[in-house]
Amino acid sequence: MSRGITKILTANEAAATAAGLCRVQVIAAYPITPQTPVTEELASMVEKGELDAEYLTVESEHSAMAAVIGASQVGARAFTATSANGLLYMHEMLHWAAGSRVPLVMVCVNRGVGAPWTILNDQQDSISQRDTGWIQLYCRNSQEVMDTTIQAYKIAEKSLLPVMVCYDGFVLSHASTPVEVPPQALVDKYLPPRTEVFRIFEDGPCNLNPLILSDPRADANGELQPGYMDLRYRLHSDLLSSEEVIRASDEEFLELFGRTWGGALWLYLMDNADHAIVSMGSLASECTIAAETLRTMGYRVGVVGLRSYRPFPAKELGSALAHASGVTVMEKDVSYGYEGAVAVDLKGALFNEGLRPKLHSHVAGLGGRDIMPDEIVEVVRRDMATGPLVSWVNARL
Amino acid sequence: MPKDFSNIRIAKSRPGRGEAGITGHWRSQTPVIDHVKCAGNDSCLICWVYCPDGVISRDFPLQIDLEYCKGCGICAEECPRDAIVMVETVNQNNQA
Repeated sequence: MSRGITKILTANEAAATAAGLCRVQVIAAYPITPQTPVTEELASMVEKGELDAEYLTVESEHSAMAAVIGASQVGARAFTATSANGLLYMHEMLHWAAGSRVPLVMVCVNRGVGAPWTILNDQQDSISQRDTGWIQLYCRNSQEVMDTTIQAYKIAEKSLLPVMVCYDGFVLSHASTPVEVPPQALVDKYLPPRTEVFRIFEDGPCNLNPLILSDPRADANGELQPGYMDLRYRLHSDLLSSEEVIRASDEEFLELFGRTWGGALWLYLMDNADHAIVSMGSLASECTIAAETLRTMGYRVGVVGLRSYRPFPAKELGSALAHASGVTVMEKDVSYGYEGAVAVDLKGALFNEGLRPKLHSHVAGLGGRDIMPDEIVEVVRRDMATGPLVSWVNARL
Repeated sequence: MPKDFSNIRIAKSRPGRGEAGITGHWRSQTPVIDHVKCAGNDSCLICWVYCPDGVISRDFPLQIDLEYCKGCGICAEECPRDAIVMVETVNQNNQA
């Protein structure tokens, strides 16, 4: 298999490069720190003629999402990018995109949300949108951002669901590391042009997304059409099935490009682990360093890295954690008034699988507050002893 | 026998009479046209232009399709000859 060229890229540059390799046809994006370089890079590629795409300069993120939904509905491979308050500005349209079943890809450069203002990293933005019906994939490094953005179109177009590729602001978005740029010819082989869109209009012109009443109702031709809840069940069911599509797309990527990212979740040093750390994104990567340190100290600790947050790979998590007597969840978000969302989702999944390890949920790194591997080591050591079941790390309480 | 909707993922509709359902029984007031006061020819047609549901006929004497007229009253409001009045409708069976 042919190798691509390795360049020193930030995750933002990787995302923009990947979108270009996917030959996206319509881009509508509004700048917001720390996503801005993605929009600038893509605008530059279009202006120089390196990318044959329509670049819409919209006045807001709500319009950006509306524009790419429309473009996607008539057959274009469309792309957008945002962060934090920009993601929230398009919140209504996120629901609209999932309900419209458009195979969009959006990168979300994770940043904390206001008020008060922050431009620094945490994952509150995307995690707070977990109920919108989008597939959400979390990347631990820039190579994964490059590869996952490419995989995202394959997943989206197979599942007819929009995919959000999330990566940490500044930590990944602005940090330069070596990234292999896959060859265009291989990406073309992995990702042929869209064909499924023409099925929407195969019966002739139609209106999309009219008002749907609660129960099935006959249309003007006397044919029974689904009610709202039937369509919602279809969306949910397809989102559940997309877990398999995520896995298959990653396996196919491995065959063509020689790299794999674990599908829905990845394991590190879990082989004989008594205690598992569960995390997402670059924080999960730090947890692997902490796990290595803990192993040298004699603790049998491993990491379960969540790649797909939605669909939530409940069964696979159950299998991965079946022999862990203790779990430490580290996350950069919180569901105010309760606990971190990943921890809560995980506890639900473990309950369904009949597992009850001693689970500790920790909120760290909000608004860019640093969290280091040796701090994670201390948290895990406390958890394995008599540490609190819920804590905020490094918060001045 | 419940119909299998498992292949329908996208909500769609096609233009057609009554695509949104029978809306005539939503009326609580019904338009009545006085054909003597009405212009009776193409020199006006203001009610036809303004009707949001397209239930006024294009041909004269103008007729209103009471199966779909929702009784919004815009035709009565816009008619320059006051040829249309809205009548309180107690009976919901499309009888003005």
